[in-house]
Amino acid sequence: MRRTRAAAAVAVTSALLAAATACGGGSADSGGASNTAPKELTYWASNQGPDIAADQATLGPELKRFEQQTGIKVKLEVVPWSDLLNRILAATASGQGPDVLNIGNTWSSSLQATGALLPWDAKNFDAIGGKDRFVASAIGSAGATGKDPAAVPLYSMSYALYYNKKMFRDAGVEKPPATWDEMVTIGQKLSKDGKWALGAEGSNLSNNIHQAFVFSKQHGAEFFDGAGKPTFDSPGNVDAVKQYVDLMAKDKIIAPGNAEYDKNQSLQDFANGKTAMVLWQSAATSFKANGMEEGDWGVAPAPVPAGGTPGAGKNTNSMVAGINMAVFKNTDNIDGALKFVKFMTSDEEQKVLNKSYGSIPPVKAAQTDGAFATDDLTVLRDTLGTSAAPLPQVPEESQFETAVGTAVKELFAEAAAGNPVTTESVKAKLTKAQQQMSK
Amino acid sequence: MTSVTTEGAGRLRRTATRVRGTGRVRRAALPYLLLLPALLLELLIHLVPMVMGILMSFRELTQFFIRDWSRAPWTGFDNYDLAVDVNRPVGEALLGSFLTTCLFTLLSVALCWFLGTAAAVFMQENFRGRGFLRALFLVPYALPVYAAVITWAFMFQRDNGLVNHVIHDQLGLGGAEHTFWLLGDNSFWALLIVSVWKGWPFAFLIVMAALQNVPKELYEAAALDGAGIWQQIRRITLPSVGAVNQVLILVLFLWTFNDFNTPFVLFGKSAPEAADLISIHIYQSSFVTWNFGTGSAMSVLLLLFLLLVTAGYLFLTTRGRRDADA
Repeated sequence: MRRTRAAAAVAVTSALLAAATACGGGSADSGGASNTAPKELTYWASNQGPDIAADQATLGPELKRFEQQTGIKVKLEVVPWSDLLNRILAATASGQGPDVLNIGNTWSSSLQATGALLPWDAKNFDAIGGKDRFVASAIGSAGATGKDPAAVPLYSMSYALYYNKKMFRDAGVEKPPATWDEMVTIGQKLSKDGKWALGAEGSNLSNNIHQAFVFSKQHGAEFFDGAGKPTFDSPGNVDAVKQYVDLMAKDKIIAPGNAEYDKNQSLQDFANGKTAMVLWQSAATSFKANGMEEGDWGVAPAPVPAGGTPGAGKNTNSMVAGINMAVFKNTDNIDGALKFVKFMTSDEEQKVLNKSYGSIPPVKAAQTDGAFATDDLTVLRDTLGTSAAPLPQVPEESQFETAVGTAVKELFAEAAAGNPVTTESVKAKLTKAQQQMSK
Repeated sequence: MTSVTTEGAGRLRRTATRVRGTGRVRRAALPYLLLLPALLLELLIHLVPMVMGILMSFRELTQFFIRDWSRAPWTGFDNYDLAVDVNRPVGEALLGSFLTTCLFTLLSVALCWFLGTAAAVFMQENFRGRGFLRALFLVPYALPVYAAVITWAFMFQRDNGLVNHVIHDQLGLGGAEHTFWLLGDNSFWALLIVSVWKGWPFAFLIVMAALQNVPKELYEAAALDGAGIWQQIRRITLPSVGAVNQVLILVLFLWTFNDFNTPFVLFGKSAPEAADLISIHIYQSSFVTWNFGTGSAMSVLLLLFLLLVTAGYLFLTTRGRRDADA
């Protein structure tokens, strides 16, 4: 009896020790994929629908179908956005991750730099039908330029200008603004009696980055130079950020309260008729969830500088938004993982999944489906095809989001408090953000 | 449960008997053998990660090396230099966050202790509804932190929150323009209110428990001698709970200084400068900007600071008792 207990104690202790060392170094990990468990896969899906249960309901039947076709059972876990990046980092550090996972496409380069994701070289792309099946801009947001992509596009989204038709009618405005000048004129018409023209999410770092990036493009600036060095406080970027924050500070068409928004409150304000417009990506499902009906809102391309029409370069009016699919390099079912990615990016599954999520298929052949020809989706699709650009594909993308996103957040806080936002104050914030990058 | 304990005790007795038979050395070793499992677990759960953290703080650990951090380049004290150099943005921000945390902790602990003690003294009296009030006071302590703090976050919202509704719309204070609580300088006070709300019931619980041990006769005797309520509190109550207070204040200090949940739920991953507590700041350095090495260095510095303060505090507070013992 005593001996068995001692043995058990030794066993438990050594197991704990083993676990601890396994968590720590990971140097024993060969880093190569294998096929030692060919009959099962673990899949981390990002939360796309209104809640996790909705995602399970959408993906469940499709995963069943995959199992029937291939005999491979997929264990699904839907991960909320707020947890996803930390979960991926933990999985990367421990080597104990899923086989296949969804990543936000703006993280592609940062995660590529960890070396944990399977590179999509010609051979791997051949296994899923070739690189040419995908829209070029979507491939552009799947990893650093000049390297094999770290992921494959799965769902694509872009920004558009959503507007409340009734509020526009009431204010006697006929059509949505196509340029920023029009936005300000129309906006000032709409901003009165406790109502506001445009919604923003001033405390949401990612959203701040998306807008700052587009404005920066419109000012002909870049946040990173050709060598990958940050250029946050270049004159173009200062003007860009100032123009965005000025929509609240100077033009007064964004409600000051929006400075503290970071949980999509601006969408609720829009649905409740408190703000007339929002710049958002694939917002239709959210509006319906907040009580609006199809036809209550209209969709137009996001504004561009005066005199222009949406296009490339200075007339860029969206970042390439979307979700990519990646394979963990140390999967023990590499063949199955490739089969699964092939299945999820097949023409048919692309139609099914993107229809459910209100996104655009990054697979060209699937885009031609009639379901993606609605007014809403046509705007999003055209934007993706002609006037959207991927965020900087640099390993420091994640830091950039925090540093510049926080700078914009602080500037909004200043504007909301009624303090002046000047070229100097914007430059100072961006310089500080840049210094944080270079250590 | 009972049978297990009896069985365990029986086995211990048998072991002890056998040990007594086989000499003094083994008997001397027995307590240590019994401690060994706990020691091993302590080592695994606390010491190993701590040592790993210290090792990481000497490396340039970014996303490039997170997959195998033992390969990250050794940079000596670079991370520490960066963390303490107040002329550069990282060090400047860390110092700012450290000072904010110090002030915040001081105010929060003082208020928690004061409210808790006041309520505990008040609760010593027997009156109708005492049990109910006592339970009510403990509610903040019993609620899950996340749910409680997110409710506060809603209440502090500028346009739709309850706080502004009461202050501006109902009481008519502070003008028609609503106040921002979650942005700018006010965020410090918002955070403090939530922290005190969350922390004082613990002080209340502990002081109340300590007061149960103060003999009633002391108060009766004091009252006979003509001591008023203030004199009773100063001369009897406070000295009687002195030892408990020392531990209480230390624990409150450590918890408040390291509190991560409250600011994180209230402000998200990037707190306003006025409420940028050090725990959030280090989290941001490590897990949001992916400078794990710098984050580790900051953690080590924080640990050293807390060790120093704790040691100093214990030295000061136990000196009186040591002198008395001597």
